[in-house]
Amino acid sequence: MEKFTTLDGVAAPLPIINIDTDMIIPKDYLKTIKRTGLGKGLFAEMRYREDGSENPDFVLNKPAYRSATILVAGDNFGCGSSREHAPWALADYGIRCVISTSFADIFYNNCFNNGILPAIVSPEDLDKLLDDAGRGSNARLEVDLEAQVIRGPDGGSVPFQIDPARKEKLLSGLDDIGITMVKDTQIAAYESRAAAARPWA
Amino acid sequence: MSALTLYDKVWRDHLVKDYEDGTSLLYIDRHLVQEVSSPQAFAGLIAQNRALRRPDAHVAVADHAVPTRNRARPLPDGLAARQVSRLQENATRFGIPYIPMRDRRHGIVHVIGPELGFTLPGATLVCGDSHTCTHGAFGALAFGIGASECECIFATQTLRQRKQKRMRVTLDGRLPAGVTVKDVILALIGTIGTGGGVGHAIEYAGEAVRALSMEERMTLCNMSIEAGSRVGMVAPDETTFAYLEGRPLAPRGAEWDAARAAWRALATDPDAVFDREVRLDVGALAPRISWGTTPEENLPITAAVPDPDAEPDPERRARMRRSLAYMGLEPGRRLDEIPIDRVFIGSCTNGRIEDLRLAARVVAGRSVAPTVQAIVVPGSAGVRLQAEAEGLDRIFRAAGFEWRESGCSMCVAMNDDRLAPGERCASTSNRNFEGRQGKGGRTHLMSPAMAAAAAIAGRLADVRSLA
Repeated sequence: MEKFTTLDGVAAPLPIINIDTDMIIPKDYLKTIKRTGLGKGLFAEMRYREDGSENPDFVLNKPAYRSATILVAGDNFGCGSSREHAPWALADYGIRCVISTSFADIFYNNCFNNGILPAIVSPEDLDKLLDDAGRGSNARLEVDLEAQVIRGPDGGSVPFQIDPARKEKLLSGLDDIGITMVKDTQIAAYESRAAAARPWA
Repeated sequence: MSALTLYDKVWRDHLVKDYEDGTSLLYIDRHLVQEVSSPQAFAGLIAQNRALRRPDAHVAVADHAVPTRNRARPLPDGLAARQVSRLQENATRFGIPYIPMRDRRHGIVHVIGPELGFTLPGATLVCGDSHTCTHGAFGALAFGIGASECECIFATQTLRQRKQKRMRVTLDGRLPAGVTVKDVILALIGTIGTGGGVGHAIEYAGEAVRALSMEERMTLCNMSIEAGSRVGMVAPDETTFAYLEGRPLAPRGAEWDAARAAWRALATDPDAVFDREVRLDVGALAPRISWGTTPEENLPITAAVPDPDAEPDPERRARMRRSLAYMGLEPGRRLDEIPIDRVFIGSCTNGRIEDLRLAARVVAGRSVAPTVQAIVVPGSAGVRLQAEAEGLDRIFRAAGFEWRESGCSMCVAMNDDRLAPGERCASTSNRNFEGRQGKGGRTHLMSPAMAAAAAIAGRLADVRSLA
């Protein structure tokens, strides 16, 4: 998995609360058996018109935001389905960081298995960052994971929260299986204990 | 020793190791595997040449993309066919039990897990599907995970997790006539919000919960995720044990007695403390209908479409405007005057036998409105066969409903059961998101009885007025 340390990029504003994973990647794209190539389906129902052409009003279709690597979005981003296709689609499009006031639990976990940083900021700071992101191609943010700060185009910075264990995982780029395999003897010991205590389980 | 909640106890029993950073390695007893979230997990295992640790801990079944009619023919959708055949190939390759589409045990993972007795109290159970919280109805710690986490379960049977905060939802009172547990969970989501339970594991408690059947408890726990909680649990009791005893995979004999004693001890200690407490009097509720595109946007059927201008919070106001534009609704319009085109009765929320009985009772002797196309999709083959034995299929067919085979169907609309753009559906499913039932489709969530009433009336309707 790709490490995440710092990211300097264009930030696109998506000021909608409760953006669900059906919005992020609609069902039509879930019939793949691969993790790759889902970027074309990202936000498909907002991004494309009925005839398949681009909807020019959608933020990622505007010239200033086509190369966005950061999203600034409303509260409870990623609610609904557990589909990991949502972070796969974000990553394949090129989004490496989503900033919001909160994230749905399953989506939040899925991000860290795909090198995406979900950064949690206060409601006041989100308003500031949405304002920054509203500046078109000048909407560049610099995200520093080690320092847990986001620096804006005017030199100001805001802090963000992240689960410390997840932070380490992003910084190291190690996946959970790699981390867990080391503990195999402990898993086997647990299985012996559990088989005695709860043979039905 | 300090007092523990049900969640604490199941967590404690599955703890392999605590880490210094506050996370824990949690052992997972059971894993349900379906066709949409598993191919990438199996592919990861194969690419890394990793073994699958415990084949007996998994059950595989294709539910999301399977058609609900003409199953003797090859699947009409090549991509769906590939996902289903890939699931079977992977199950065979790794020695996992696989239930074919035309098997009598087929169904939605969250319907067949309990039917088989695969779901047990006090167990940890996961699936690459957010409605895995359904199984919490048995006092299992059950939650949805992503495909990478599924791969981790295949390889290690463990997950690294951080413990959630604890929330107790106490339900007081008795359900009035015409009001079901679906209305209760919609009311709860309306109260705490789509994100209200984020970071929390919910326990449902109180006299109203004790009075619920297992199927009703499953409906309740199923939509915990729609309130943001990926865990929703009910402490096991005699109702739980009566449901499970004799199920194919449930323990038997002396092991059953030992298990039951252990399960009784899982109940939350009387002096245990929760991080958050919510109370709801179910006796004061009316049947509910969602009017928007996020589950919190729901109201009693007696209400009118709300006015965004009356909403003080600007973000919520913007969201309401977006929802109303998508749903094609104007503020002030009475909910029970909104005409519908389609009715869907089914899903892991409301596709069980008691749901079909409730709907059939409303439908019996009546006809589906001529402007409406209505389908019933039993949650499993077991539910379908039971309903047919009771003659429910004849009641539905006589009224003009289509009677289908089991699967997720129009809840996720990955097969050919889907809405056309602009079509409006009375649905017993769990999500009213934009495009959920088909691009441009408009979903109103409700109970099976209310969906049946809507089918008859041709519009959203109060089942209590259909005497």
